[in-house]
Amino acid sequence: MREITYTEAAREALAEQMAIDPSIFVVGEGIGERGGNFNTTLGLYEKYGPMRLRDTPIVERGFVGMCTGAAMTGTRPVVDFMIVDFILDSIGELFNQISKIQYMSSGRIKMPLILRGCFGIGGAAATHHSGSYYPLFVHIPGFRVALPSTPYDAKGLMRTALTGDDPVLFLEHKLLLNKRGHVPEEAYSIPFGQAAVVRSGGDATVVALTVMLQKVLAISEELAREGAEIEVIDPRTVAPLDIDTILESVHKTGRLLIVDETFGPCGIGAEISALVMENGFDDLDAPIARLNGMHTPTPYSPTLEGVITPDHAAIAGAIRNLLAE
Amino acid sequence: MDSHELALSSEQLLALYRTMVLIRRTEEQLARAHQMGLVPGPCHTYVGEEAIAAGVCANLRQDDVVFSTHRGHGHALAKGVSAREVAAELLGKATGCSQGRGGSMHLFAPEVGLMGTSGIVGPSILQGAGAGYSFKLLGSDRVSVAFFGDGAVSNGAFHEGINLAAIWDLPVVFVCEDNMYATEVPFREATRNQNVAERVRVSYGMNAVCVDGNDVLAVHEAAKVAVTQARAGNGPSLIECKTYRLRPHAEGMRDGGYRTVDEVESWRKRDPIATFRSELLVNKQADEAAIDAVEEEVTIIVADAMDFGRSSPFPDPATAADFIFSAQD
Repeated sequence: MREITYTEAAREALAEQMAIDPSIFVVGEGIGERGGNFNTTLGLYEKYGPMRLRDTPIVERGFVGMCTGAAMTGTRPVVDFMIVDFILDSIGELFNQISKIQYMSSGRIKMPLILRGCFGIGGAAATHHSGSYYPLFVHIPGFRVALPSTPYDAKGLMRTALTGDDPVLFLEHKLLLNKRGHVPEEAYSIPFGQAAVVRSGGDATVVALTVMLQKVLAISEELAREGAEIEVIDPRTVAPLDIDTILESVHKTGRLLIVDETFGPCGIGAEISALVMENGFDDLDAPIARLNGMHTPTPYSPTLEGVITPDHAAIAGAIRNLLAE
Repeated sequence: MDSHELALSSEQLLALYRTMVLIRRTEEQLARAHQMGLVPGPCHTYVGEEAIAAGVCANLRQDDVVFSTHRGHGHALAKGVSAREVAAELLGKATGCSQGRGGSMHLFAPEVGLMGTSGIVGPSILQGAGAGYSFKLLGSDRVSVAFFGDGAVSNGAFHEGINLAAIWDLPVVFVCEDNMYATEVPFREATRNQNVAERVRVSYGMNAVCVDGNDVLAVHEAAKVAVTQARAGNGPSLIECKTYRLRPHAEGMRDGGYRTVDEVESWRKRDPIATFRSELLVNKQADEAAIDAVEEEVTIIVADAMDFGRSSPFPDPATAADFIFSAQD
């Protein structure tokens, strides 16, 4: 099978659906002729023109609110935030409008709207270009949250987002954008709420989100040489969260670690941990462990930035501790 | 009387009158129900401002859309939501237009183009622009209308939404209902320039006019021009309607401390319904019998609506978390 990059895979799904569905349009800063700061729309402007590839002024609240009204009236907007930190300027439209309109209208108005952006720590981008924010959207009822960690998932989850009727936060970690992987040429969908068991093992379960997945897989291979078999699960979407797959794994392994680059307090790991305690307490042979990025704004200098995310040693240490419990 | 007013038939004039009276009578009953404790939540009435909803919505088709405000009963009724569904919603009943999920500030009836009243000031402007974007992209001749008050004019949503609609020539009519107070903060204290139409023309290059919002025919004519322009693909415009709210910000709220009794009384003399009734009679466009017949018909409709609301069932508690997503989890 051919290999393409993560960005190319997501763009391929967008291009395929734009060819089929004339109600899809993209808004953002530099997503028109330029093709997007991260090449998310490269080549699409030439095909579809400015009504469907709409460059905007820097008014996140304005164009998110505008896309809300568009999604309510028969079109399918894709808001390309470029850097997802910019989404915060539109938070009222997101949490007070987009997430609530299907409910308030008793399901008579749909909200097919995609919020996409690049996120995460790396490249000394510092605190206004390194945020994650997805736990906030899990807390609020009304959002789907997709966190693809491979090119294959990026294409399949993007197609699901573009064919559903719910608002979807679709986040692409900046360190994954140029990663290559096998991606089928034909169109396919990955349903929301289906975790991937990326590696099988019976000794401990590690749930790894986005950029943490490849690190956890590499460490699992090292541990396998020492005789420990780690089961690695990528939830792929955190709203809905496929807790059943995690519970089944914990039933087998008795041990659970959640590795997530973003903040711990009230985060995805806290939620998974509570759900496993409520629904799988008797399966546990050790306390559930979490590994998160430091609870701090993201610093600039490489010596500071380098210590705030879980690195190889920290993850390996956390898994060894879990195995030793 | 201006020549434009003669362009409307007696039937059209009485229809405008009927819409205004329907809004007024419905809200009088809702206010009474609120006093009786039958409306479990807030109730912001539109009493005194009826000419605007009536004059604007008379120019719309059912498939045109309206985005409204917290003071939106009038917009809902003028757009064609039944008095029954509005009354039932305020009483918290399953038969309400939002099936008991919304109340006064969240009336939804997409079947007739009411895309929501709102508890937040500003989003109607942005969403109205977005519906215009949809219609333009889909090649439709539908028109979007965004209602908002003077309280929204200093908000970023106003400036962002007006600008986006202007630069992309969207088929939108923005209707600013300047009732002089944002809740209880005077507009004169919120801005150095209360001339909204002038600001929009000069700053955003959009067609904009200012009319007497208590003159239903003036509103109707301005809206006709704006809707025709939008439908023909000639872009957005704004209508600034100077008006006044005759009741407190919300039912049950104290109404003093920010405006005087004299001021309220001076505006009561300019009540848009009484004024229009006098004009119809003086100009012999309708006689007493015809006007009385409209009033009687509306009285029956409103009494039936309140009965319907009171006798309807409350929503099933088991449905409290329904409709969060397009398909239930």
